[in-house]
Amino acid sequence: MNKAQKIVPAGFDPLYWRRDFPILSRKVHGKPLVYLDNAATAQKPQAVIDAVSNYYETINANVHRGVHFLSEAATGAYEGAREKVRAYINAASVREVIFTRGTTEAINLVAQSYGRARLKPGDEIIVSLMEHHSNIVPWQLVAGQTGAVLKVIPITDAGELEPGAYEQLFSPRTRLVAIGHVSNALGTINPIKEMAAFARSRGVPVVVDGAQAVPHMPVDVRDLDCDFYAFSGHKMFGPTGIGILYGKEALLSAMPPWQGGGEMIRVVRFDGTTYNDLPHKFEAGTPDISGAVGLGAAVDYLSKIGLPAIQAYEHELLAYATDRIGAVKGVTLVGTARHKASVVSFIMDGVHPHDLGTIVDREGIAIRTGHHCAMPVMERFGLPATARASFAFYNTREDVGALAAALEKARGVFA
Amino acid sequence: MSELKDLYRDVIVDHNRSPRNFRKIAAADRALEGFNPLCGDKLTVYLKLDGGRISDLSFEGSGCAISVASASLMTERLKGKTRAEAEKLFDEVHDLLTRDDAKTDPETLGKLAALSGVREFPSRVKCASLCWHTLKAALADAHQPVSTE
Repeated sequence: MNKAQKIVPAGFDPLYWRRDFPILSRKVHGKPLVYLDNAATAQKPQAVIDAVSNYYETINANVHRGVHFLSEAATGAYEGAREKVRAYINAASVREVIFTRGTTEAINLVAQSYGRARLKPGDEIIVSLMEHHSNIVPWQLVAGQTGAVLKVIPITDAGELEPGAYEQLFSPRTRLVAIGHVSNALGTINPIKEMAAFARSRGVPVVVDGAQAVPHMPVDVRDLDCDFYAFSGHKMFGPTGIGILYGKEALLSAMPPWQGGGEMIRVVRFDGTTYNDLPHKFEAGTPDISGAVGLGAAVDYLSKIGLPAIQAYEHELLAYATDRIGAVKGVTLVGTARHKASVVSFIMDGVHPHDLGTIVDREGIAIRTGHHCAMPVMERFGLPATARASFAFYNTREDVGALAAALEKARGVFA
Repeated sequence: MSELKDLYRDVIVDHNRSPRNFRKIAAADRALEGFNPLCGDKLTVYLKLDGGRISDLSFEGSGCAISVASASLMTERLKGKTRAEAEKLFDEVHDLLTRDDAKTDPETLGKLAALSGVREFPSRVKCASLCWHTLKAALADAHQPVSTE
């Protein structure tokens, strides 16, 4: 069937889009796969898989350096993907869109290139207690190198930032704020726009971990007016190994290079080397070209569906899942913020998350169990681990029902 | 294809629900922590030695059903055994958990044979073996917490 002729249904139909994801029709332990681990990584539509294969089958070459046809085609595809991402997040210029390996590398880049040069002993970096390790450890490393210290915004029992605590942490020594847009462990959505505005009023830049936000809602970095925004391709239905650091041009221009090597230079001489302009100043070596192409295809695919439609559908699905999972006897939900996205984290009386995970796996259901790279959150709630179901737009109410049934089964094993 | 029932046998479920020897030993000769930070299983093994014999063995902690049941079965089986017997059982259980061709003796293992199902669930082997590695290290008078991750 000619894909261009598919009639897109009015109203959001997850089953329509689900057909684009080949892996979702496979079986696990003889049962249909129910994939509820999207916060760990998302599945890929055929369009993304085809874009990567097609790149290798038809235009693969190294970028930027050649004058032959393939090199120009590959460069066009790579830089074309950059422009797609620029438009997707509404950055002002492609000079502000840096390809990285992922969110983690992007945050490390800011910590080392922006932070290392500027932070002085006693300077303060504000982070929140609900951060993923990738938005904690890079700051701990640079604090250790520079003598700066971390100030941690506490969270409520519902998993929201303690009201007023963020503003109160500011001091004359505050130099940077690092905050997650959506918590991967709790699902909490933080008020980035308001937090960035407050930081701006104090002359403090804000670094946002957007890994769990971009797959689920429209993100406009100029509307948020944050200084840096980091996210990963593989969580937004693109390939693994590629991610984005968005940074305001003025900041990126002033930052020293991150990694040195080919591509990020202008002229190399032993008596002095000069560096390339943005964005390439921060892209040393041959990039993950096919990854970028795949990410561009993911952006196209998501734009076709429309992030507002995805957001609205997922909001309803999350409400349904929260009720359905919360209603299973013995289940306590962890992370009950008023504004959440995609994630239902929970524990069950008498059944350790690990055992829950193994039992539901036997039903073909993939959830995540453990500390979710957020050990401070686990400690805050006095839990060794939680079980986490995380949704994408191809999940359905039937998926939620299957999980609820599997949880009942798990309860039965230990009753 | 491995069934859940192979892993969560009645013995395992029972020992998880009512772990035997789940207590501290006040004047323990050895006390050592076992902790798998990535999965969150954490226990302390307490040991009382009378010459070459384990006169008392207990544990405390929290973790998944496999880690708790394994520790409970271990304390039940090893109390009163000599160090040499304990080391031998450690090797037998290690084989049981990791080797397809494990030549284990049902007489020696007793209820520990219930752990054989874990072999088909590779990601859970570390849960079952945590208490055993902790005990082995405690017998060797180690002081650093043990991990099987």
